[in-house]
Amino acid sequence: MYTKEVMEHFKNPKNMGDMENPDATSRVGNPACGDMMETYIKVGEKDGEKYIEDIKFKTFGCAAAIATSSVTTELAMGKTLEEAENIEEEDIARELGGLPKIKMHCSNLSANGLHEAIYRYKKEEGMDISEELKKKHTIAQKTLEKTEEVRKKHGLDED
Amino acid sequence: MKILDFDGVYADNNATTPIDPRVRKAMTPFLEENFANPNSLYNHGRRSRKAVEEARERVANMLNCATDEIVFTGSATESNNHVIKGTAFARKDHGKHIVTSKTEHKCVLEACRWLEGQGFEVTYLDVDEEGYISPSELKNELREDTILVSIMLTNNEIGTVQPIEKTTRIVHDESSAYFHTDMAQCPGKMEVDVGKLGVDLATINAHKMYGPKGVGALYKKKDLDIDPLLHGGGQENGERSGTENVPAIVGFGKAAEIVEERWEEEGEKLREMHQKLVESIQGSIDNTEVNGPVDGRLPGNMNISFIGVEGEALVLRLDDLGINTATGSACSSEELKSSHVLDALGKGPEVAHSSLRISFGRFNTMDDVNTVVEALRKEVRELRSITALDEKGKTGD
Repeated sequence: MYTKEVMEHFKNPKNMGDMENPDATSRVGNPACGDMMETYIKVGEKDGEKYIEDIKFKTFGCAAAIATSSVTTELAMGKTLEEAENIEEEDIARELGGLPKIKMHCSNLSANGLHEAIYRYKKEEGMDISEELKKKHTIAQKTLEKTEEVRKKHGLDED
Repeated sequence: MKILDFDGVYADNNATTPIDPRVRKAMTPFLEENFANPNSLYNHGRRSRKAVEEARERVANMLNCATDEIVFTGSATESNNHVIKGTAFARKDHGKHIVTSKTEHKCVLEACRWLEGQGFEVTYLDVDEEGYISPSELKNELREDTILVSIMLTNNEIGTVQPIEKTTRIVHDESSAYFHTDMAQCPGKMEVDVGKLGVDLATINAHKMYGPKGVGALYKKKDLDIDPLLHGGGQENGERSGTENVPAIVGFGKAAEIVEERWEEEGEKLREMHQKLVESIQGSIDNTEVNGPVDGRLPGNMNISFIGVEGEALVLRLDDLGINTATGSACSSEELKSSHVLDALGKGPEVAHSSLRISFGRFNTMDDVNTVVEALRKEVRELRSITALDEKGKTGD
């Protein structure tokens, strides 16, 4: 059901776990099943252009969710923010040799997470935010709210 | 005895069991020279007939019933469909109400749902946090027009053993409904005496008791009025047409013979393994939650949630180490729906999402328990180190 590439990233995920002092973080979720991803980025500057100096994910989800997180860090590392903003679900699936159809959107949250982290960074820094990125932010917020609603309903996010 | 072709631990015996080498040996002649149709008159055919009837005797012996109360079918799914649809159609003039529970196997639930579309009414009983139905609630749901009650003896996911003896008494005292139990998980692990249980109908199959796939059986008490599902040549006393699957039936018989001899001892061994598994997991891994009863469950069945660890990921990580297990996580199902059994316990999506079923059987050893626990410690630790949830299952802030 999963490709060799998915299994490899799943078994040996890259750039996963905590990051100390990230420049921006984001959290995205999937309301259908409760998958959760946290994205951490450090932003550097080279020749007057901002780029992803470091990126990490923390992921609660299936093999596909872990593999997409891992491969996203490889795709985004070293890219300018504008380039990273344009990494889409399809690019991630292609890099993994494809995903089962049913997992295409469900587990493919990592592009979402990456875009949201960049949005937050740009907002914090007072940088220009494109209409496209604003749209992506709105979608990420909505799905996260729904995810948390589902989780709260079952007492999972209360203290 | 080498059962597996891989170096690992098969711990998914509630999905299916390996074929016992003695069963395979008994089947072989019927895959080779003894191929004749048991309904043929010549000597060769009579030999097949004799083998089928001997197998029937062995299965009847295991269930403690008469040989003519055993109908061979193609699977437990077929037996369950046969009982539910067959009773509904044969007794529709008597009534149109059926009672079952929310944690039955999909084949029971889907057959009932189909009947609802045909004008029947079905009551799906709730279960408590450990998966038990309430006999008093069942009593309240019985009606004059109730024709069938179908409650499984043990649950295939969470190992809950329902109070069937008590329940059959209530149903028979309070109604004229037939009582059916799906006990596919039970042979070889616990007592399966249909007389003691007091049931009218019972479902089993061979591949959950170290026999082959593709053969099931139905215990049907004499003189019950049930329509057949398959019409044709009138085999199985008119209950189930179609040429008998002789090799599989012979294997089923041999498997039943071994179960009859060994179930007490094997059940005890499985209980000990379960005890050790639970203690080792709870002693070395934090934030786990047992799904189903803590005590008295189906021997060899364990269902436990490792909070913060998604089930499909854990199953695949364990598979990489040669350990076969199962999960009720939505991520592992075709429709992305979590287990209806775990959902019915009312514990929330997190529990199903992070559930793992470990089920041992005849060919597992205490060493397997250690291997599984070692692997779990490693993989749970690793997956928790990259999870976006903390170990209580909450998000990080």
